[in-house]
Amino acid sequence: MIDLRSISFRYRQDWVFQDISLGIERGEFIGVIGPNGSGKSTLLKTLCRLLSPQKGEVLLNSTPLKDMKQGEIARKIAVVPQEAYSLFPFRVVEMVLMGRSPYLGHLMFEGSKDLEIAKKAMDWTEILPISERAIDELSGGERKRVFIARALAQEPEVILLDEPTANLDIHHQVDFLDLILSLNREKGLTIIMASHDLNIASEYCDRLILLQGGRIFKIGSPREVITRENIEEVYGCEVWVDENPISKMPRINLLKKGKHTIETLEKD
Amino acid sequence: MKILTLKKVLTVSLLLFFPLVLVILLSVMVGSVRVAPRQSISILLQSLLGQTGTGTEMERTIILSLRFPRALLAGLVGAGLSVSGVIFQALLRNPLADPYILGVSSGSAVGAIIAILLGLGALSFGLPLASFAGALMTIALVFYFGKQEGRIHPNILLLAGVITGSFLSAIIMFFLSISQKEELHTIIFWLMGDFSFANPRSITIVLPYIVVGFLILYWKSRHLNLILSGEENALQLGVNVEQLKIVSYLCASLITAASVSICGLIGFVGLIIPHSVRLIFGPDHRLLLPASALIGASFLIASDTFARTVLAPVELPVGVITAAFGGPFFIYLLRKRKVVKTL
Repeated sequence: MIDLRSISFRYRQDWVFQDISLGIERGEFIGVIGPNGSGKSTLLKTLCRLLSPQKGEVLLNSTPLKDMKQGEIARKIAVVPQEAYSLFPFRVVEMVLMGRSPYLGHLMFEGSKDLEIAKKAMDWTEILPISERAIDELSGGERKRVFIARALAQEPEVILLDEPTANLDIHHQVDFLDLILSLNREKGLTIIMASHDLNIASEYCDRLILLQGGRIFKIGSPREVITRENIEEVYGCEVWVDENPISKMPRINLLKKGKHTIETLEKD
Repeated sequence: MKILTLKKVLTVSLLLFFPLVLVILLSVMVGSVRVAPRQSISILLQSLLGQTGTGTEMERTIILSLRFPRALLAGLVGAGLSVSGVIFQALLRNPLADPYILGVSSGSAVGAIIAILLGLGALSFGLPLASFAGALMTIALVFYFGKQEGRIHPNILLLAGVITGSFLSAIIMFFLSISQKEELHTIIFWLMGDFSFANPRSITIVLPYIVVGFLILYWKSRHLNLILSGEENALQLGVNVEQLKIVSYLCASLITAASVSICGLIGFVGLIIPHSVRLIFGPDHRLLLPASALIGASFLIASDTFARTVLAPVELPVGVITAAFGGPFFIYLLRKRKVVKTL
């Protein structure tokens, strides 16, 4: 559904990433992981043409993104931003209705069909009860849901999430990701999520892309990617990888400095 | 679940149109020369219907050539400044932005002051043309400085505007310091904003800028909502953001330039009307733009009527009134809104 053909991107001088090729299938839940500055956010932005790569091309359903209108892309790919705000506070329902924008002409108002779609999106994200509240009165978790609902109102095929769990407590993290997972499993949406939280990525994603310095270091299932060797090589810090006793997915354990800890674990 | 509809926009606009008509009628009725209120209205209505008839020659001149055009001009300028304030706040994503923030006002002031010092103020269109030219040059300059790699960055545009504005202010100070006493008085009234400069015939010149500018901005109004959450946000929803920024910058600047060229720098309208209207009607530009235009028009006509009658026959600069009334009223709205929120 999305094909990256050896794309390279730079802002000014240095390449943020170089020669990345990748195919993403419909209905996949993909995690993009890697240290700060490895190109995760930039990669995500090229997937929806917020940035255009200088070399190579991105294909969406075999059409090059650069040949599509911005509105056409917006009907296929929705972005849930890292920061969810509005300079002047709209009500939740107004915010969600903005997701209908790619379907509306310049001077048009949202109609009853748009409202139906927005209501369904709010129902799915469980924000119907707060639909009349102003978004500056909401908690961080609620606001995230508003922006998910807005993305759903776009009726997209792909949802891009940049650090969706930053600033959320563990309860809200799990709630939020369960919601995303349900979109993926029940609605068949393709999800591409950049995350710093390796355990979350391991738990929820079908496939992980581990970036290092703007190149794909490793790509594969969480079991293939989240190994002690890979993580230590890319992140440059010692970790211990075992397995979540319930889900049996790889789990990262952080270690304080000092070799003896790892040696003790290895003896066990 | 209530959402904004075209019907609501039209209804609100119609409802706000009545007070505007009332304020215009009121401003036609009062003034330093006494014309009986009923007489004033009938002179105005008959002339609008294409008849001549009641009233002495002098009364007819006062109503039809002075008060009525002046009310219309004040309305146009009030609408223009309010709309332009709304746009600059959205474009720069800064609630402190007003029509003058990017230096258009300083540019037009330099133009106006040069015209006053050269004695061009006596010509019928000398002052407005000179100040409009000054504003246009500033708009072009700030646009040039504010672009980087072919894109407008709001913060760079803001810096470019503020710095150009302060440079022009230095020129204004310089001219002030070398002016003679009578010129100084004229200049200061112009800087405070005063409709006694207004040439009734300038309506035909200003009207197109404000009306066309408004229509173009209204065409973009839904996209302006999206840009309030940031440019990337608007872009991913399919908005052509670069075009939106350029169009809003140019339209809002030209509206400001046309407005100030008539009557000088009337402060506060472009800041408080947008915020007040947002507090009442919400931030959706499809309603905010027409409501701001209509309320801004009524507000400035009322202020100007007050300015020319309160100490009659002396006329105060209208800028004094807008600041004196607008400030406290705005604080009141802010406080009230807070009370509602905490409940």
